[in-house]
Amino acid sequence: MATAFAVQDVSFDYEGIPALRGLSLQIEQGQRVALLGANGSGKSTLLRILDALYFPVSGSVNFFGEPVTPGRFQQNGFALNFRRRVALVFQNPDVQLFNPTVFDEVAYGPLQLQWSKADVVRKVDETLEFMGIAHVKERPPYRLSGGEKKRVALASALVLDPDVLLLDEPTSTLDPRGQSQLVDLIQQWKGTAKTVVTATHQLDIVEDIAERVFVLDAGTVMATGTPGEILSNVDLLLKANLVHAHRHSHGGVVHSHPHSHRHSHHDHEHEH
Amino acid sequence: MSHSFIASTLRGFTRALSKALVSEQVSARPGLLQQLDPRVRLVGMLALVLAVVLCRRLDIIAALLGLAVMIAIASRVSIASLAKRVWLVIFVFTGLIALPALFITPGSPVLILPALSLAISAQGLRTAILLVLRVETAVTFTTVLVLCTPWVQVLKALRSLHLPAEVVTMLAMTHRYVFLLIETANQMFESRQSRMVGQLTGPEKRKMTARTAGVLLNKSIDMSQEIYLAMLSRGFRGEIRLLDEFGMRARDYAGLAAFLFVGCAAAWMGR
Repeated sequence: MATAFAVQDVSFDYEGIPALRGLSLQIEQGQRVALLGANGSGKSTLLRILDALYFPVSGSVNFFGEPVTPGRFQQNGFALNFRRRVALVFQNPDVQLFNPTVFDEVAYGPLQLQWSKADVVRKVDETLEFMGIAHVKERPPYRLSGGEKKRVALASALVLDPDVLLLDEPTSTLDPRGQSQLVDLIQQWKGTAKTVVTATHQLDIVEDIAERVFVLDAGTVMATGTPGEILSNVDLLLKANLVHAHRHSHGGVVHSHPHSHRHSHHDHEHEH
Repeated sequence: MSHSFIASTLRGFTRALSKALVSEQVSARPGLLQQLDPRVRLVGMLALVLAVVLCRRLDIIAALLGLAVMIAIASRVSIASLAKRVWLVIFVFTGLIALPALFITPGSPVLILPALSLAISAQGLRTAILLVLRVETAVTFTTVLVLCTPWVQVLKALRSLHLPAEVVTMLAMTHRYVFLLIETANQMFESRQSRMVGQLTGPEKRKMTARTAGVLLNKSIDMSQEIYLAMLSRGFRGEIRLLDEFGMRARDYAGLAAFLFVGCAAAWMGR
């Protein structure tokens, strides 16, 4: 399989405040990747760079061997092809739901990509059914629950059947059932040509949604490995602020150890 | 203790949201206007509003008001709520504007107020009634249209009538995000209320309102940037494309012809 994204020595800042500092990584086609990191580690910025919403101040990004630059996006052909192949689901679904109804929302992407109207209607209906939100298709977004908004945001990305799906904290605002459904969905794509990049700090889903993990800290890649390698490295997780030292007492003796919340099947356990 | 200022602000937010819900419920009822194509409703009501504006005869405008009420009843709009929310408010506000015309329009006096040394002229009375009746009738047609048509269909109808796509999108997004900002403001006031003890003084209320407005403005700027990125991400390239699913049937053509005929006849008879 080809390399979907090659990110080389990328730096980016928000009006002088650095967000990414010389970050390099490679994502292969069909790979399911998790970007792990505490708040402010640069996960969301990296996803926006991968989706060509931001362009690096220095360094380069290649998409299937082609450089992703502002100049390339002036060309209609490249821009439309890139937008069809790469879709981003934002962390806050409210920014992604700007159309008057759910149906219009999901139809927005295909219409911009100039699909025929018959194809738009057919594909939107199919996607709404698939995501279990067909019953709210005529509803305005302000009348949806947090979980429904997230599903609509996901549907609006999935309707394009993208080759690369970028997910920014996809399980936030989803109830446990919704979270499981999303994890199942990502698991279905295992072994296919679909590339899924998920930014999260929720450790309990990582093993299910990724074969490769990049740990981000202060705008750079701190470590990379399989979920098993990363999650078993307690020192690394502590350093990346993904777990914390938990102090408590047993029979009058106070001791501390790393602490994280992980779900195992249907039970909730504290990892000591 | 009373937090009347915050409580009344919260009530205002809730009212704004519930009004939108009432409008959605009315538009979902099976009624006369609801059965017609949204473009026919839009053009038909605009034609009747135009007739009201062009009409100079009181009896014709009164007949048009009667027609507006009949359309409202046939479209299952509550007349009581129309009277309370539209007619009363318009009567008070337009009445205030029309009040001076009663006294300053020259003509034969019909009523003299000796205590104020003022006289109401017949022409002045007619001018004031004409103004109030015109506004009442035009606003009734518009309100019935808005109540019977979901906002999204009004926008689509405007687009299919060749209003520029940029304007339609701007209207749609304003409508969408107004609710989000109301919700956000509501949450800000609720969180403030949950942490407050005692009553606010006048200057404190003003300061709080100004701060809330400032925070909301900042939030809306941040959000507008994020929304633009979300649009770009889904292929927006400066050209707005909408799905137009409207289709005209025989009854739509009949409805359109009826509205246009009544509008033209009223304008001609009332000229």
